[in-house]
Amino acid sequence: MKYLSLLFCLIFSCISAQDCTLTVTGTVKDFHDGTNIQDATIYIEQINKHTTSNSNGVFTFTDLCKGEYTITVSHLNCETKTFTSSVNDDTVIEVLMEHHIEELNEVTVKGETVKNTLTSQETLITTNKIEQYSSGNIGDALKEVSGVSSINTGNAIVKPVINGLHSSRIIIMNNGVRLQDQEWGIEHAPNIDINSAGSISVIKGADALEFGGDAIGGTVIINPTKVVLKDSIYGKVLLNGQTNGRGYSTSSSVTKTYEKGWYASAQASIKRFGDFEAPDYNLTNTGLNSKSFSINSGYKTFEKGFNIFYSYIDNEIGILRASHLGNVEDFERAISSDIPLTIDDFSYDINNPKQEIKHHLAKVTFYKRLQSLGKLNVQYDFQNNRRFEFDLRRGNRDEIPAVDLKLTTHSLKANIKIDNNIKRVFNIGLVGSYQNNFASPETGVRRLIPDYDRYDFGTFIISTLRLTNKTLLNAGLRYDFNRYDAKKFYESNRWNELGYNQDFSNIILEDFGTELLTNPKFDYHNLSGSLGLFVNINENNTINVNYSLSNRAPNPAELFSDGLHHSAARIELGDLRIDQETSNRFSTTYNYKNKQFSLLLESYLNLINDFIYIEPTGSEQTIRGYFPIWGYKQTNATLFGIDFTGEYKISSNWVLSNKSSFIKGNDVSNSRALIDMPPFETETKLSFNKPEWNNLNLNLISQAVFRQNEFPDNNFEVFIPSRNEFVLVDVSTPPPGYHLMHFRSSLDFDFKNQNVFTIGLQIENIFNTSYRNYLNRLRYFADDLGRNIQLQLKLNF
Amino acid sequence: MKTIKFLSILILSMITFSSCSNDDDSPTPVNEEEVITTLIARLTPQGGGTQITMTFRDLNGTITSDVSGNLTANTTYNGTLDLLNETESPAESITEEIEEEDDEHQFFFSSNIGTFAYADSDGDGNPVGLAFTVATGSATTGSVTITLRHEPAKDAAGVSEGDITNAGGETDISVTFNNVVVQ
Repeated sequence: MKYLSLLFCLIFSCISAQDCTLTVTGTVKDFHDGTNIQDATIYIEQINKHTTSNSNGVFTFTDLCKGEYTITVSHLNCETKTFTSSVNDDTVIEVLMEHHIEELNEVTVKGETVKNTLTSQETLITTNKIEQYSSGNIGDALKEVSGVSSINTGNAIVKPVINGLHSSRIIIMNNGVRLQDQEWGIEHAPNIDINSAGSISVIKGADALEFGGDAIGGTVIINPTKVVLKDSIYGKVLLNGQTNGRGYSTSSSVTKTYEKGWYASAQASIKRFGDFEAPDYNLTNTGLNSKSFSINSGYKTFEKGFNIFYSYIDNEIGILRASHLGNVEDFERAISSDIPLTIDDFSYDINNPKQEIKHHLAKVTFYKRLQSLGKLNVQYDFQNNRRFEFDLRRGNRDEIPAVDLKLTTHSLKANIKIDNNIKRVFNIGLVGSYQNNFASPETGVRRLIPDYDRYDFGTFIISTLRLTNKTLLNAGLRYDFNRYDAKKFYESNRWNELGYNQDFSNIILEDFGTELLTNPKFDYHNLSGSLGLFVNINENNTINVNYSLSNRAPNPAELFSDGLHHSAARIELGDLRIDQETSNRFSTTYNYKNKQFSLLLESYLNLINDFIYIEPTGSEQTIRGYFPIWGYKQTNATLFGIDFTGEYKISSNWVLSNKSSFIKGNDVSNSRALIDMPPFETETKLSFNKPEWNNLNLNLISQAVFRQNEFPDNNFEVFIPSRNEFVLVDVSTPPPGYHLMHFRSSLDFDFKNQNVFTIGLQIENIFNTSYRNYLNRLRYFADDLGRNIQLQLKLNF
Repeated sequence: MKTIKFLSILILSMITFSSCSNDDDSPTPVNEEEVITTLIARLTPQGGGTQITMTFRDLNGTITSDVSGNLTANTTYNGTLDLLNETESPAESITEEIEEEDDEHQFFFSSNIGTFAYADSDGDGNPVGLAFTVATGSATTGSVTITLRHEPAKDAAGVSEGDITNAGGETDISVTFNNVVVQ
């Protein structure tokens, strides 16, 4: 090598015929804040010489010949940098080093994901935990976090509830893209395959302003597995089989990475289940057929990079046959009956009623580090959500969906994270999006949600200030503008009955006689803010204090909903007069940790003005009989709660842990409880882990859910003609509390080349207990799931 | 260089994606296909006499119910049911749809003015109720309730005799005629 370079030099100097008296002077600086870096090692390959930078970051090489030199600069905590420089004259160069502890973590620590916020109530769910729910839903995995529950329609449609709030009050981010999938509907589960998630972060409250200002409940951030930059190929195959539903799910992923920064990964999942079973009977038509895949590729270096992500999910979900109702009389019959009114033998068939949803999500992100400033991010994303709902229909119309919605969303986002001073980090951004909802008229059923265009624009600034070594202050402000431009048909009768002929006569476009075509156009201006303080009292104790203000514009259902809800036998009506709701949320978090014991105590008070909710407002006679009308209204609400998570290491192998959550939701204006508040729940887990025995893991879980004793009385009386009497329909009374036991275990087998094979056995509801969950919309019709034994095989390669 | 490549991908994808979004102008009204607006029961006295027509109409949110006259005591009537969708012009007969899917449908009668009995059957020999008889007793005033169930359990106990208790299924029609006079 030495000879070669000597030869090179010789030839070069011969050609150029120059003296070797040139000087190269350089300065080594921090990329972020431009400060000089002392004690960096600088090495020139061609002359095999080392030097170090002085206190001003300056280094010098003398007596150089004209030519090309390969210079390598290295420093502790920095990524080593190699570059070539052509020296024709005395040369001055500047070397920018990536000297950043936080970012280093992101690059080098495999599997570890940095939290999105530093001061709020954020909990991270890691890959290991997520894999336990591989055959389930994202909503099931989120319940790992104390204070997070779910609102279900059966067991396949699981929507997360964060501190009592759900649907439009929760933002779900999938790899940086805000999920837009008709999330206003309680029967509309998030369209994400849980297997595509590498980590999930749950932020309670509206503190993650970067993603939106209307997350009154919270934000769920789902990210794919972090890419590690080294020349490697790795992947995973997961296979689950389970007794309940007599089905399987499988997921595989493969990732190829290059040290230079390129990476590509692909992931695909299939889930197929037949009818699920309650302890005493078959839950007819609850099968599931789900297919999904995602591709994640790009280029990533410290200074710049891009990411292209595409995901597709296709879900076919059977809805419990017994939940399909013709009228309130049917509903009353269903509620009075102890068992579902339709129980057929087990089948893999998915018949009507069912949902078929296809969701495409594509995004491109580009980032560049600007020297001595920060990181600039630009992102464009696109989503297409197609939702079909099939009902039991007459006259060979079973193949025609009763609901056919196409939701298309484009959004563009740019933000810059100014981190040149680690003590004062700012994140400033702009986001704009356009959304179109198209409700197909081919259904032969009046549109539940009209055609609309929605325009959103938002801008935010978030600052994180390191006040002292132990205190961190986070402050953010966001402004959002939302515009709806809808084209909606109203039945003339309904229009007059709602008093719209008085208030909205100016929005009528065309009068079709019995129907009016109208053009509701609404603008909303929303201001949101958050203020958070994190204090690291000592190595054992930390405290967070947070305040957030958030405003949420009404969703399409709250404004426009107009139609019969089949599984509730009720007519649901939106109200054009509904305005945005405003939440003021105060929270504190106390965290104690020592070697044996850890405790996390999160409390919150959420004061929501003009809280939007739905309740019975009257009844209407049709040829099908009487139907209750449920209308959207606004009230002032207060939610207060405490979430507890604790862990005690009994010995090196045994751990006892508990998580409990308590919430109280009040409708202050009407002095009564809020509907659908999760009851008190406590879960205790005894774990045994022995790394020497193939990493044997045994967990016994006791889950106790109490009865919700506080609920609004929405019961109504209905006249049943065939019985010639009035009957009280009890839709309010929550089911009794219940206690379930679960078991989870796993064993790891290591192979050569870092391949790990894991075998896992899970038993849910060990004692096959019959129970009904207050937050399951099908509780009126059937018991929840019985015992389920699941075997999971996993190969990491 | 990468930036340019990236930006061109970005612009290209934006063009592609925005070109698939549909920019329809005004939506068209939905032609409600499955609606039953009208139920007509026609009662003809066996042996001749005036036909009585009972009509229940639910048209664009307005309910009307009408009985054309009084029934005669101690008389047996042959009855037929007719279902219409009158949002269409001319009105569409739903009766034909029921006839085609007669194994999936059954009418139930509940009344204190007389005794109802089925006078038709589906392919399996179970009653449907599009044709029926009603035998009045002594003079009275009462009501007639007619219920149509979709996918009832026709084999369940009592269902083929017209007892709705075990019928199950979903209710497609549930109408009551009050103040029906038998004289």
